[in-house]
Amino acid sequence: MNALISTALSGVVLMFVGLFVSNKQHVKYFAMALVLIAFGANLAELPALGSDPSRVYFGMIEVSRFSILFNAVALGATFLYFVLSGSAFEKVGEHVADYFALQFFILAGITLASTFNSLLILFIAIEIISIPQYVLAGSDRRNLKSNESALKYFLMGSFSTGILLMGITLIYGAAGTFNIHELALGTGAINPLTLCGVILLAFSLAFKVSAAPFHFWTPDVYDGSPTVFTSFMATVVKAGGFIAFLRLFHTGFSGETITAHWTWVLAVITALTLIVGNFTAVFQQSVKRMLAYSSIAQAGFMLLAVIALNQLALQGIILYAAAYSIATIGIFAVLLKLKDYTLEGFNGLAKREPLIAVVTTIFLFSLAGIPLTAGFFAKYFVLAAAIKQGQLLWLVILAVICAAISVYYYFRVIIAMYFKQGEAEIAPISSGFKFALVITAVIVILLGIFPGLLLQCL
Amino acid sequence: MLTVLLILIPLIAGCLSFGLKGSGPKTLGIISSLASLAVTIGAWVQFRNAPESLHVVTGWIPQLGSQFNVGLDGMAMMLVLLTAISFVLVFVTIYSRDYERPGSFYGLMLLTQAGLIGVFTAYDALLFYVFWELALIPVYFLCSMWGGEKRIPVTFKFFVYTFAGSLLMLVGIIYLYIQTPDGSFSYTTFTSLQLSANEQSWLFWLFFVAFAIKMPIFPFHTWQPDTYEQSPTAVTMILSGVMVKMGLFGVMRWLLPVLPQGANMWAEVAIVLSIIGIIYASCIAIVQQDIKRLIAYSSIAHIGLMAAAIFANNEQSLQGVQVQMFNHGVNIIGLWIIVEIIQQRLNVRNMNEMGGIAQTAPRMAIALVIISLANVALPLTNGFIGEFLMFSGLFQYNVWFMAVAGLGIILSAVYMLTMIQRVIFGERKTLTESVKDLQPGEMLAIGIVVVIIFALGIYPKPMLELVSGTTELVNKAF
Repeated sequence: MNALISTALSGVVLMFVGLFVSNKQHVKYFAMALVLIAFGANLAELPALGSDPSRVYFGMIEVSRFSILFNAVALGATFLYFVLSGSAFEKVGEHVADYFALQFFILAGITLASTFNSLLILFIAIEIISIPQYVLAGSDRRNLKSNESALKYFLMGSFSTGILLMGITLIYGAAGTFNIHELALGTGAINPLTLCGVILLAFSLAFKVSAAPFHFWTPDVYDGSPTVFTSFMATVVKAGGFIAFLRLFHTGFSGETITAHWTWVLAVITALTLIVGNFTAVFQQSVKRMLAYSSIAQAGFMLLAVIALNQLALQGIILYAAAYSIATIGIFAVLLKLKDYTLEGFNGLAKREPLIAVVTTIFLFSLAGIPLTAGFFAKYFVLAAAIKQGQLLWLVILAVICAAISVYYYFRVIIAMYFKQGEAEIAPISSGFKFALVITAVIVILLGIFPGLLLQCL
Repeated sequence: MLTVLLILIPLIAGCLSFGLKGSGPKTLGIISSLASLAVTIGAWVQFRNAPESLHVVTGWIPQLGSQFNVGLDGMAMMLVLLTAISFVLVFVTIYSRDYERPGSFYGLMLLTQAGLIGVFTAYDALLFYVFWELALIPVYFLCSMWGGEKRIPVTFKFFVYTFAGSLLMLVGIIYLYIQTPDGSFSYTTFTSLQLSANEQSWLFWLFFVAFAIKMPIFPFHTWQPDTYEQSPTAVTMILSGVMVKMGLFGVMRWLLPVLPQGANMWAEVAIVLSIIGIIYASCIAIVQQDIKRLIAYSSIAHIGLMAAAIFANNEQSLQGVQVQMFNHGVNIIGLWIIVEIIQQRLNVRNMNEMGGIAQTAPRMAIALVIISLANVALPLTNGFIGEFLMFSGLFQYNVWFMAVAGLGIILSAVYMLTMIQRVIFGERKTLTESVKDLQPGEMLAIGIVVVIIFALGIYPKPMLELVSGTTELVNKAF
């Protein structure tokens, strides 16, 4: 609850800050301070929980250790994002404070997504996350691609919102309540209305997390949006979508009969997502588009956690959200400094900026899931969760093969940096930026050696 | 504590090396590898007196039940010894050579050493997996940065192959972990699991593919000749001398004791694949013009025999494999040292352009003959005892298998002797008119190899004693 209040208030405050503070740098520092305050406020709620598993507010919002930990990951990743990429906001347009404000509103939506107790709050959370994103996607007003991506995102997003609402309606019709604890869909015979509702909700959330076959908007929107916002969309926001997905299916739709029905639907979606994401990423020449497809591929892995209804899945999604967000934010921060977003743009970077090349390599290792980086344990936990579930071994093997394929496209960037000749054109890099990148890489490695640092709070 | 030290010395030296310039990394490499060798010998002494004192267990990831659990038994001791000797040999051989960015080169080499020792000493499956990967990644960079012309696609193929295999093994490890009653990755828990025959049957393949790629066994070998050819020779020495042993070690440490029924069920398939590899690689070795590729294929053939013997799975064959792992490592590194010297002197690898080296460089010629004969397993050389034990083990398992695998010995004599003839005998060519003989550093490295060849060829008892305890352990698990 603290996280929700502090992020929402921060958004409002930042809207006004734009009126009074003209120095864009100051706005950034102010936003960073506000994220830190929200981070602290969120964690302050942990001792208040005490031995209670969760605390419910107004029957609508339920704060638990899990949601606090997830919010901490989201806010922490946002802080890193502001530090590493915050200065790129100034290049997008004039309304820097507004961009920060919109991102705080998205964060408020994410905190709602991790705590909703009612389907209505889920709807509100998804909308609060989505609407600012449509605006951010089109924020580079003079760029036609940015305009196109905003329109595309908005149209497709509205469509999926409609499906979401339809699904909620059907489920309300069948269960007579919006409260996810009281739906009781798993007991007794399955009402066809319920089944339709569950499937519609699965489709609409699959759209939000860009799972196949609902992913078509992703590469265009990610490519067209200003890179700095793509970074946020592909990481923190996506993790927010997953937390909603996980919470809804683990709490609202778990039960013997109903689970058996949606498991195969989600398993097919997961398999498709893994195949489409990985195979298409292989053919990309633009690193930005490659990251868009890789985010689809990573979504496939996170979906494994949604399907597996166990404790390992909860740990896995937290670790995955952290590992994936941090590494991707790091890569996007480097990408923002480069003039050319294609693979050739990375040629020879190791000679020119050895430190940047090393940290980028660590981030790519993490995304590929190589041991001693956070990405390894992230993949480990979701795979373990799926294996434990028992009936998904085929999906696990498919995921593993796809992970091996992912090495191909992640390592192409490493090969370009280290083994190809070229003069990567990169903007001047301050020592502060380098320091922040190194700290980010250190976090990736620390979580890769001691994942318990994060999970012990759960 | 000595076991931890064995991992820490190359790990710390490797990290330090990245920051050094000039001849600093070289010196650090030599010092670190000598220190590792000294600690290994210390560990060996302690192993004879109090083996349990070499076992270290501390917490690592309590949430998962994974521990930092390392120790040494006879097999691990022998492989750690091989690793330590190999790195000394490699660093001595390349001392006179100047690599571009030496800090990174030596840093990555030392990190590989840390990974290898970790693999051989790990008694926790997750730790084993982490070290398995740690050994792989520096090698990828070493090959890609300092290798031949086609190095990038070739080493990339090597990496993707091995990584895919490792991931399958990870799935197997996770599955086993979930079956453990106490949620642990420890070796003892894994070996005491009661798994059904059906489970063991498919789990076998998850592990087998990972190990088969690393060894490599036919048809998982395609990465190997290209990688050996394109890698800088120092790295090829490590790859063929020590790294392929990871696959063999993995089968003996993890596959046989954890999945005995699975191994039993598929043993014949594994042996047939291994034997196909022996004959196929030997035939290809015969027609090679490139000396590096010839040795690469000869390595596939020799490893094939070891793999077949492992799955024959009786005391003699297992003991033979363990002894042969060490001896093959030393011999093949000896061969690579000579290839490295020839390549440096002549700048070619095609055997058609060589010949008559015996007249200008007699010491090198003698060394090449001795090492090649050891590779063919001539009696009184170190190769003999291991091959003898392996064949006698295979004989016990199935006479026909042994007979076909035995063709490998004849074929290996054919290609090794042809190689000797083409490289050092015959008329001198333009390139070989004035080949310099072995220099003091090279003499030292080759001298060590030759001494080991004869010492263990004449008196193999200490090596057999060292590994005899381990084969009992593997057998007990059956």
